Amino acid sequence: MAARVLVGVKRVIDYAVKIRVKPDNTGVVTDGVKHSMNPFCEIAVEEAVRLKEKKLVKEVVAVSCGPQQVQETIRTALAMGADRGIHVEVSGKDYDTLGPLQVSKILAALAKKEEASLVILGKQGTFASEVTIDGDKIKVIREIDGGLETIKINMPAVVTADLRLNTPRYATLPNIMKAKKKKIASVKPGELGVDLTSRLEVLRVEEPAQRQAGVKVETVEDLVGKLKEAGRI
Amino acid sequence: LLMPLRVVQKPAHRCIRALKAVQTEHVVPQVYTRRSSSAPVPRITSHYTICPRDKDPRWEGVEMERFADEADVVIVGGGPAGLSAAIRLKQLANQHEKELRVCVVEKASQIGAHTLSGACLEPSALNELIPDWKDRGAPLNTKVTEDRFAILTEKYRIPVPILPGLPMNNHGNYIVRLGHFVRWLGEQAEELGVELYPGYAASEDIFERGMELHAKVTVFGEGCHGHLAKQLYKHFNLREGCEPQTYAIGLKELWLIDEKKWRPGRVEHSVGWPLNRNTYGGSFLYHLNEGEPMVALGLVVGLDYTNPYLSPFREFQRWKHHPSVVPTLEGGSRIAYGARALNEGGFQSVPKLTFPGGALIGCSPGFMNVPKIKGTHTAMKSGMLAAEAIFSKLTDENLQSDTAGIHVPSYEESLKNSWVWKELRSVRNIRPSFHNYFGLYGGMVYTGIFYWILRGKEPWTLKHAGLDAAQLKPAKECTPIEYPKPDGKISFDLLSSVALSGTNHEHDQPPHLTLKDDSVPVAQNLAVYDGPEQRFCPAGVYEFVPLESGEGMRLQINAQNCVHCKTCDIKDPSQNINWVVPEGSGGPAYNGM
Repeated sequence: MAARVLVGVKRVIDYAVKIRVKPDNTGVVTDGVKHSMNPFCEIAVEEAVRLKEKKLVKEVVAVSCGPQQVQETIRTALAMGADRGIHVEVSGKDYDTLGPLQVSKILAALAKKEEASLVILGKQGTFASEVTIDGDKIKVIREIDGGLETIKINMPAVVTADLRLNTPRYATLPNIMKAKKKKIASVKPGELGVDLTSRLEVLRVEEPAQRQAGVKVETVEDLVGKLKEAGRI
Repeated sequence: LLMPLRVVQKPAHRCIRALKAVQTEHVVPQVYTRRSSSAPVPRITSHYTICPRDKDPRWEGVEMERFADEADVVIVGGGPAGLSAAIRLKQLANQHEKELRVCVVEKASQIGAHTLSGACLEPSALNELIPDWKDRGAPLNTKVTEDRFAILTEKYRIPVPILPGLPMNNHGNYIVRLGHFVRWLGEQAEELGVELYPGYAASEDIFERGMELHAKVTVFGEGCHGHLAKQLYKHFNLREGCEPQTYAIGLKELWLIDEKKWRPGRVEHSVGWPLNRNTYGGSFLYHLNEGEPMVALGLVVGLDYTNPYLSPFREFQRWKHHPSVVPTLEGGSRIAYGARALNEGGFQSVPKLTFPGGALIGCSPGFMNVPKIKGTHTAMKSGMLAAEAIFSKLTDENLQSDTAGIHVPSYEESLKNSWVWKELRSVRNIRPSFHNYFGLYGGMVYTGIFYWILRGKEPWTLKHAGLDAAQLKPAKECTPIEYPKPDGKISFDLLSSVALSGTNHEHDQPPHLTLKDDSVPVAQNLAVYDGPEQRFCPAGVYEFVPLESGEGMRLQINAQNCVHCKTCDIKDPSQNINWVVPEGSGGPAYNGM
């Protein structure tokens, strides 16, 4: 039986909220804005918990990188069934510039430290639509352009979750109450030997250009005339 | 107290559902024939409160077992009143070294997300509750520096001096973003050990069998026109001996304006245009001072208006075009929108506040000082008084209760002996004084004489006009109002405004705007009053659309748009709409409103 699954959960701005660019164009307003767990991370947590319920893995550990508030997101994962959480403390300027390179280094360091056999994340690139554990190998069915591909991989492995992998369970109030007692360990990136300096610099953030109103024309001649005017033909 | 086994957030479900919707076939709405007419009425309401579960095939095979848990005090509603009560309870518990489990449940996904108010906060209650609020970082950043009041006509603005002693004098108060203040109160509560559960709606029962939370005392702080309070009034007969509550709707926007127009600390109020003299209401415009040139502005319209063609939303949009308002907004951009009903009944409409096992606090019973347009300080004080009464009862070693839930009548007594009662009593006649031929002007004269000079000591108490829902005149007796089209710069259309509120609800739930009788909207509201619900809802929930079969109309309820303002429940002339709580964490996502 595989020992441990590591699941990454990210706290993001809720999809129903209208995003506003900060007046100084350095980023997007996040203070006080409603945040939730990334939907794909929810699916990843669900998959990990199901593997545990099927007794294919022993422990599910939820990890999140960010300031104090990400602890709420970790608690949600705990309420869904994760056993314990790890909060990688990143705040202020470091958090603003935290990019995929740094996060992947952090997760790699943690996976080694925790001796995780499997890391499940929300989807990027190719993605799994079904995961089963077969002895000491993992069988994954993934969706590709031509159809479905079934592969067997050795552990430790990294799997990313697609929408169709599962339907996440609800975090019920009794489980939220129980989750308050589960442990969340705090860790600093430095302790993992990860350097957070970013290779990217955000120069400016702007709203997308306003969509220009279209023009209605009455006849085909009008259309041709307008296209000629615009220099298109 | 029962709670749904519901979710904190589940965006994944929405994505999955979007996929499924594409795949599943279109489901034809059920149509049944009404008893007394041959016209088919489409079925609208499917909520369990109207369609009992045991006859509903959707419930077959669903587990009916409930999980139960116990707390000492459960507080429904994480607003100023509820959080003040929670904080006070824990302060007392820590002071006397007693163990007390206090749980607060709040339907919004985070504390403060359903909070909406002007707001000019009078710090009196806060000074009593948390005297060192400044050191603790309470977001009271804008002291009022300028107070202006005017009567507007279509083209002009007539300034009215605010003499000290008039209720709208704001010296010593703070302009706050109440949502942020409530969030801060939540943090203070958590520090003291209060258990906060945002994202959980409290209801008798909801879509999935939920969790029962038992408490010795349950405190209800649901805000104006709470849905549980409605049930409690009926069940315990708490409203005998008081007048029915009367309400107003407040619509609000936040704008980032040109720095040159920004006057931090300025408070502006107006009455008059665009409302006529017999429609109670007025505007507010507050200049915040929190680092960016932001103003909070809005319009309050009394829900006892008589013309069914009136649209509070459109009145608000056209008020912004007044020559005295446009200069402030020109060149600015709108960043938030929201709406909420508020109480105007005051002293005459306060019901009984306690019953075995429970108490009512805050805007739910309604302690707003209407001429001052402030209710936060009284709401907080009522929460604190309830907490003190409950604490002394719960820790009384000789406690013997006839009922499982404990009755705390001393809360009502202490409220009636406090400054809240004195304050409400002194302004009790101002709002009802508007019910005369001269309307607004009669009311202002009355205020000038009896409040400013006599401080409300006159021996009589005027009555309100009755239920707001009964005030509408039939459409044929009234003239439709011509509203200007929104220009997209100062005024806006309804749907883009609703989008700004960030409101959303899970698709897979029955609409939470339930109708007692599905046939009434077309037969009564549309026929007699020309469907006022399509105008008074600030979120475009109600629409009368032509029937697919061609002849006649039907009511379409876009429950997803709902911003939980409660106006429809209040103003529906047939009192057929019953607002029940939807799944927790749905509703608007206000940020510092």
